[in-house]
Amino acid sequence: MPEVATRELTFAQAVREALAEEMRRDKRVCIFGEDVAEAGTPFKVLSGLVEEFGAERVIDTPISEAGFTGMGVGAAMTGLRPVVDIMFGDFLTLTMDQMVNQAAKVHYMSGGTWKVPMVLRTTLGATRRSAAQHSQSLHAWLCHVPGLKVVMPSTPYDAKGLLKSSIRDENPVVFFEDKMMYKLKGPVPEEEYTIPLGVAEVKRKGEDITIVATSSMVQVALGAAELLEKIGLSAEVIDPRTMWPLDEKALVESVKKTSRAVVVDEGYGRYGVTGEIASVIAEGAFYSLEAPVKRMGAMHVPIPFSPSLEDVTVPTEQTVFEAARTLCGKA
Amino acid sequence: MTLATDQSKTKVEPKTEHWMRMYRRMVMIREFEEQVNELYTRALMPGLAHLYIGQEAVAVGICEALRQDDYITSTHRGHGHCVAKGASPDRMFAELLGKEAGYCRGKGGSMHIADPATGNLGANAIVGGSAGIATGAALSSKRLGTGQVAVCFFGEGALGQGVLYEVMNLASLWKLPAIYVCENNLYTEYTHYSETTAGDILARGTAFGVQAESVDGQDVRAVYEAAHRLVERARKGEGPAFLVCNTYRYTGHHVGDINREYYRSKQEELEWKTKRDPIKNYSQWLVEQKISDESKLKEIQEEVRAEMKAAVEFAIAAPYPTVDQVDQDVYA
Repeated sequence: MPEVATRELTFAQAVREALAEEMRRDKRVCIFGEDVAEAGTPFKVLSGLVEEFGAERVIDTPISEAGFTGMGVGAAMTGLRPVVDIMFGDFLTLTMDQMVNQAAKVHYMSGGTWKVPMVLRTTLGATRRSAAQHSQSLHAWLCHVPGLKVVMPSTPYDAKGLLKSSIRDENPVVFFEDKMMYKLKGPVPEEEYTIPLGVAEVKRKGEDITIVATSSMVQVALGAAELLEKIGLSAEVIDPRTMWPLDEKALVESVKKTSRAVVVDEGYGRYGVTGEIASVIAEGAFYSLEAPVKRMGAMHVPIPFSPSLEDVTVPTEQTVFEAARTLCGKA
Repeated sequence: MTLATDQSKTKVEPKTEHWMRMYRRMVMIREFEEQVNELYTRALMPGLAHLYIGQEAVAVGICEALRQDDYITSTHRGHGHCVAKGASPDRMFAELLGKEAGYCRGKGGSMHIADPATGNLGANAIVGGSAGIATGAALSSKRLGTGQVAVCFFGEGALGQGVLYEVMNLASLWKLPAIYVCENNLYTEYTHYSETTAGDILARGTAFGVQAESVDGQDVRAVYEAAHRLVERARKGEGPAFLVCNTYRYTGHHVGDINREYYRSKQEELEWKTKRDPIKNYSQWLVEQKISDESKLKEIQEEVRAEMKAAVEFAIAAPYPTVDQVDQDVYA
């Protein structure tokens, strides 16, 4: 982090500040989605924006995810820079044609003549007791599609810097915020900054094992690293920050140094982000590995409602700690 | 566009050059499509194409009412819309053949022609798939105050897609300059629309407070008159419109759909072709009105045919994209 004056902001405040700064900088930037204006979304992430920028730029829509996402694509092609708000990541299913067949393909299919500088902000993450249709982490679906970029910040600092870069990007960018992180606090510089897409960050240096973690799983990984330290194991925690573009080099370099890797992500493990990253590591650091790469994701079940069931569906500090300890031969 | 519009009346009287331009454009579309069919039967075109023959008056009548910078979105049956909006046949043929000189550098093909210079946001191979894009373009126009109108072309098959109704609701709420042009050519692929479409088509627009009208899609003057009125209304900020153009697809769903008797009769096709052909009927009107004569019209046809042949030759001779372009333009 640069040596500048900072203050503590929550993740939600950091997102809001990024949006406000970009809307002040560029009049083409506008927000639309369900209850984004006076309500400021159910998570209050956008509170205050409609008061500053007006209902012309912070626009409440009907409950029509496909319709207003498609409008985001068309508006982005024709001179606006929309930030489309999809309240819960589960509702991405309703936008899939617009994202997969339209947004992602316009530039390529038109031979590079049209561009779609649009951001779709949405959420992921379980453990909010919201059951199976408000708790999924479906980011891998979007990562699968050429033409989209996928961003998953893990701290207020990253959220702000990455969102500003996403808004300035000339491509459709899907920006995932873990709804359980909105109240997470962290230092954010007073001065303006951006974070380029495609650059991973080592969140904690270590020697014995690499934990690759995304979004809220970074906090889980950092907690696990503390537990590992108590038994004499030094874990490196690295956050790719963007799933695409993926900073493959940084991930491979870390594992070449530590020789072991756990990959933790809140999406489903099967055919998911962890599989992709494990494969990158296996291909890039095969001769340095002393153990198979371990993947940890959501259990392959619809997210259950009951707390006693829901809590066991996602990786925790304890389960990551145990997996890492086993990989290091200290079980 | 220069129009001899008498402001004291709502009736629009385009000058001779506009009447003749509509004729030429319709002939261009038909000749273009005849050449496409020829390319297909000679096995010179990769894949398939969906011909617009029979529906020429819709694209031409609508686009005649548009400015060059007005937007359109088109469909899998989109060649007519592209020509009517001003695309060059040579680059269109090149695209159909997958050549680098094509509008999409060979990456889009028949169903994805796009052209920023003529406001063409792109043809779409998802039925109803461009409804959001067109409405978003209308939102940009309103927000940026450019006065542009966005026309969304779609077939009656798209009436089964929910996203269309989502954006019509939004366009009406926000009074966007969007025109939803439903080309009812009677067949949703191989199925008569009456088997797929319940209730009243126009009511789908009026339910949202969208100005809804229908017009004889074989009559280019009627289409133009309705389009001009609705487009100017939208441009003035009076909101979106839903225009149903009743028309007919002369050929199959695509060039390979030859034996069609299991879903419609040859007699039906013949009746439309002989009694309701948009070019033939318009030609007759032009002659009756002494705007043109038969020899002049024939001359135009021959000019257009020669132009199309030259465009095809250009496309055939044009090189394919080099393999290194395959991963270019995935990201901007």
